[in-house]
Amino acid sequence: MPIMENFLTYIFIQRALWAGFFISFACAVLGVFLVLRRDAMLGHGLAHVTFTGVALGLFLYITPTLIALAVAILAALGMSKLKMRTGLYGDTAIGIVSSLGMALGIIIVTLAGSFNVDLFGYLFGNILAIEKEEVWLALILALGVLITVAFFYQEFLFLTFDPESAQASGIQVARLESFMAILAAITVVLAMKVVGILLVSALLVIPAAAALQVAKSFFQAMLISAMVALVSVLGGLVIAFFLDWPVSGTIVSVSAILFFLLYQMRRQRRI
Amino acid sequence: MNEPRPLIVVENVSLYLKGLPILKDVSFNISAGDFLALIGPNGSGKTTLVRLILGLLKPTTGRVFLMGKPVEQFREWQKIGYVPQKATQFDSYFPASVKEVVAMGLLSLKKFPRFITSKDEAAIEQALEAVDMQDLKDRRIGELSGGQQQRVFIARAIVNGPDILFLDEPTTGVDAETQTRFYDMLAELNLRRKLTIVLITHDFGVLTKHVNKVACLNQRLFFHGTHAEFCSSEFVQDLLHGEHHLICHRH
Repeated sequence: MPIMENFLTYIFIQRALWAGFFISFACAVLGVFLVLRRDAMLGHGLAHVTFTGVALGLFLYITPTLIALAVAILAALGMSKLKMRTGLYGDTAIGIVSSLGMALGIIIVTLAGSFNVDLFGYLFGNILAIEKEEVWLALILALGVLITVAFFYQEFLFLTFDPESAQASGIQVARLESFMAILAAITVVLAMKVVGILLVSALLVIPAAAALQVAKSFFQAMLISAMVALVSVLGGLVIAFFLDWPVSGTIVSVSAILFFLLYQMRRQRRI
Repeated sequence: MNEPRPLIVVENVSLYLKGLPILKDVSFNISAGDFLALIGPNGSGKTTLVRLILGLLKPTTGRVFLMGKPVEQFREWQKIGYVPQKATQFDSYFPASVKEVVAMGLLSLKKFPRFITSKDEAAIEQALEAVDMQDLKDRRIGELSGGQQQRVFIARAIVNGPDILFLDEPTTGVDAETQTRFYDMLAELNLRRKLTIVLITHDFGVLTKHVNKVACLNQRLFFHGTHAEFCSSEFVQDLLHGEHHLICHRH
């Protein structure tokens, strides 16, 4: 197909595909754990916090992604501690930290008053404008997340399924939970480049939720989630390119369609 | 005759949460080979006591020793199997297969990175055979009945060949026939594998056939002794309001 060949020859498309594939893969894999731990909104909360990091980075002229990464990791650990120390429900802790993150971001943006255009890209995502260095950063971080999940797969699975038995078998549950929160923070910052702060949680939640409709084992759930994420990124990019639609919104819409297809498949099986 | 060495020693353990007493001055031993039933009314502290023994909670006062070591220094968690009360209360759509659930039990044996090897696969098969669930190993755990799920959780608890098995009300919501088969299976594990079993239960029926020790808890430990001593205890007869015929009749 010459049109597709043309599509793939654009450097910005190649970069978007590489970055999109790796980042969405990491999101999809980690998302299965988060969704099953009832922590689906963690990504949404952390994404709001990264707004402060991005604003601070733009304000101080330091790479916004790096500052966002540091802020997101601190916030992830903060939410975890807040939940443990105060006995708050998880979603309440997420609500407090994410609102504070957004509030501080708004204050910084207002004080600086000059980088609204840059900020727009971070809020709504602009994967087609991703730089070569950012692609490398995305690849390294996404691979780091995937390799870590592979090495801790059994522990994360046990923790997700039955935390009390996991603790009784000598697994350091609190440490592992913090570790998972840090991985979520890294993934959220990566995903921000693909779909933007406002749609980050979609990459974490929708592919995982779609996979859970049909998976018969945990490993299968991760594979299906990854497939949904990859198809969403590829499909979203192609559709957005040819129809001149916004990429972030299109990627998320494709993943939502895949979710409904798999949901229907589950219903058909039952009938 | 010498008493077998105690695997678990609970020494003057008390627990207060927000100033309220949960357990008061509980002391008792559990010996190798015991099949102990821990009984008591709702809210009597049975689950809390087991969680203290497993180091999941810290006592306000007193100490717990597991195989001779203070529980806070105990590291040989592969020797302990645990089926918590909430084991079967997971989301039924959780996409874990029976094999994956049993594999979780192997983690306490392993060092990082905890990958599942072909040797582990064989251990999983054996554990599933012991509970007669090998034919369902690829099924999603949420698709199984309550009784089948309990068997899978037992398989997870015994897959690494523990010395002690803790079960917290394992037959809740399971029909009578399945319960009987389940207790027969536990008795066999106790006899053949010399597995020490601590069973929290509301089901006095189990006392009629299988257990050899009974502990009766209601914040304090009101009774701890053999099945025969339990049956002859006047205090216990009074406590159970004449249900002793059911409890003490051995077939």
